[in-house]
Amino acid sequence: MSFLVINKVSRFFGGLSALTNVSFEISKGDIVGLIGPNGAGKTTLFNVVNGFYKPSKGEVFFRGRTISGLKPHQICQKGIARTFQVVKPLQRLSVFDNVLASAFLRTAGRGEAAKLALDILQFTGLFEERDTISKGLPLGMRKRLEIARALATQPELLLLDESFAGLNPTELNESIQIIRRIREKGITIMIIEHHMKVIMSISDRIVVLNYGEKIAEGTPQEIRHSPLVVEAYLGEAQSA
Amino acid sequence: MKKYFPFITLGFLAVLPLIGLSSYVMHILILAIMWSVIGMAWNLLSGYCGQVSFGHAAFFGTGAYSAGMLYSKLGISGWWGLPASIIVVTCFALVIGYICLRLRGPFFALATLSMGVILRIVAENLVDFTGGDLGIMIRERTWVEKIWYYYIILAIACGTFIAVKMVIESKLGYYFVAIREDQDAAESLGINTTFYKTIALCLSAVLTGFAGAFYTNYMGYIDPKVVFALHDISIVTIMVVMVGGVATYWGPAAGAVIMVLLAEIIRSIPALGTAHQTFFGILLIVIIIFLPNGIVGDFSKLKRLVGLERRPT
Repeated sequence: MSFLVINKVSRFFGGLSALTNVSFEISKGDIVGLIGPNGAGKTTLFNVVNGFYKPSKGEVFFRGRTISGLKPHQICQKGIARTFQVVKPLQRLSVFDNVLASAFLRTAGRGEAAKLALDILQFTGLFEERDTISKGLPLGMRKRLEIARALATQPELLLLDESFAGLNPTELNESIQIIRRIREKGITIMIIEHHMKVIMSISDRIVVLNYGEKIAEGTPQEIRHSPLVVEAYLGEAQSA
Repeated sequence: MKKYFPFITLGFLAVLPLIGLSSYVMHILILAIMWSVIGMAWNLLSGYCGQVSFGHAAFFGTGAYSAGMLYSKLGISGWWGLPASIIVVTCFALVIGYICLRLRGPFFALATLSMGVILRIVAENLVDFTGGDLGIMIRERTWVEKIWYYYIILAIACGTFIAVKMVIESKLGYYFVAIREDQDAAESLGINTTFYKTIALCLSAVLTGFAGAFYTNYMGYIDPKVVFALHDISIVTIMVVMVGGVATYWGPAAGAVIMVLLAEIIRSIPALGTAHQTFFGILLIVIIIFLPNGIVGDFSKLKRLVGLERRPT
């Protein structure tokens, strides 16, 4: 029994097919990178796993049970949390309150939730900023706040949607360290990323999408040398 | 000082009638407190949970009619309307919520607005049931003096304040604010947004209904045009909170005092005639431009504006 199984998932928007027959599996404890050019369907796939979209065809199984058709909050309660590419912090609340709001999910009472929230702020290096109103945070911090909020729901599978985009080199290194530490806690991670160096260095496996179809899957080494991928993605990036 | 502020206010309000105020001043006080109850209730749904309602008259009127019809149909005291309104208003809120809460933003606001109007028309036309446009008159008043009504509404206001504060500082409150700030993010963080929005609506509706049931007993007369009024109830409710401060504990109370006083002052200038509504419009525009967080929310800014405090250097 695999941890997360994406089984022949398609998603159509009117006549447009954003995902076509995508299948792959994720084992517990892995970091899986999801890459592909813009518009390849990466975020759509996240939205299907997370419950914002129902798959038009196919099913998603989490720990042996189908989760397709469940609402996002039910899927989150089952143990899948996500971050957003366009960050969505609770703008007028402090960093601490942002994390606290999601920490209530699996804790009994405010005291316990507050303790968890503080732990997570320490873990993600946001402790110093806990009283800042999240609207005023720089982008790097807001990206990290997204991760902190998702972690506060105590997930088993974490979906990270471009959590590294727009970070400076220092922030990038910190974020990579955080991802590694999340994995050490036993949380499985699926990550969308454009930053090739990062994705190649932290992923155990990589899945490549192009025009809504899976064109390759394998270890970073295999992906680097797959001619299809180079043509669809890396080649383009080099010529640009 | 800040910690004791609620107790000082309560103590002050509790001894205020003992100094022998005129019946007219007592009436103003009672109305102000009643409006702060409605404001606090609206604030819970629209200020904290972000679901802006333009139809709180629906709940106010339902509460008022719960009390009125217990008297006119069953012949028991209208005060039973207070507990009875909890059940009646909750049922109405569940129905209205089922229809309206699937809508977001301005669509929700418009749907609630229509709910208030629909209930008014229903109450006007179910003549056998509600008495239609004749309304309901409570013939024997419970008390002649206003002081008892004052203490009852003060107790309701106190209870409402405590209830709102407890809700907002608990998990519910954080969920409400999360839904206000971003419904999709809230949903993906495991918050059942439909469920919690329904809770916010029911709590808000029940508290508003309480004020309505009190109103029937206090005024002794209700008719659909008064208790289901769009501008005199629904819009004034929004004004009270906007003027006082959205999503603040003391905003509705401050707004209620200002709005009730202002209404009295403006109405007492005969030259204005029916133009007094214009002033509320102008006031609302001024508030939105200069004090978008209301008098309580922008208190420090207000002090700067009137020159009480020097600008921070």
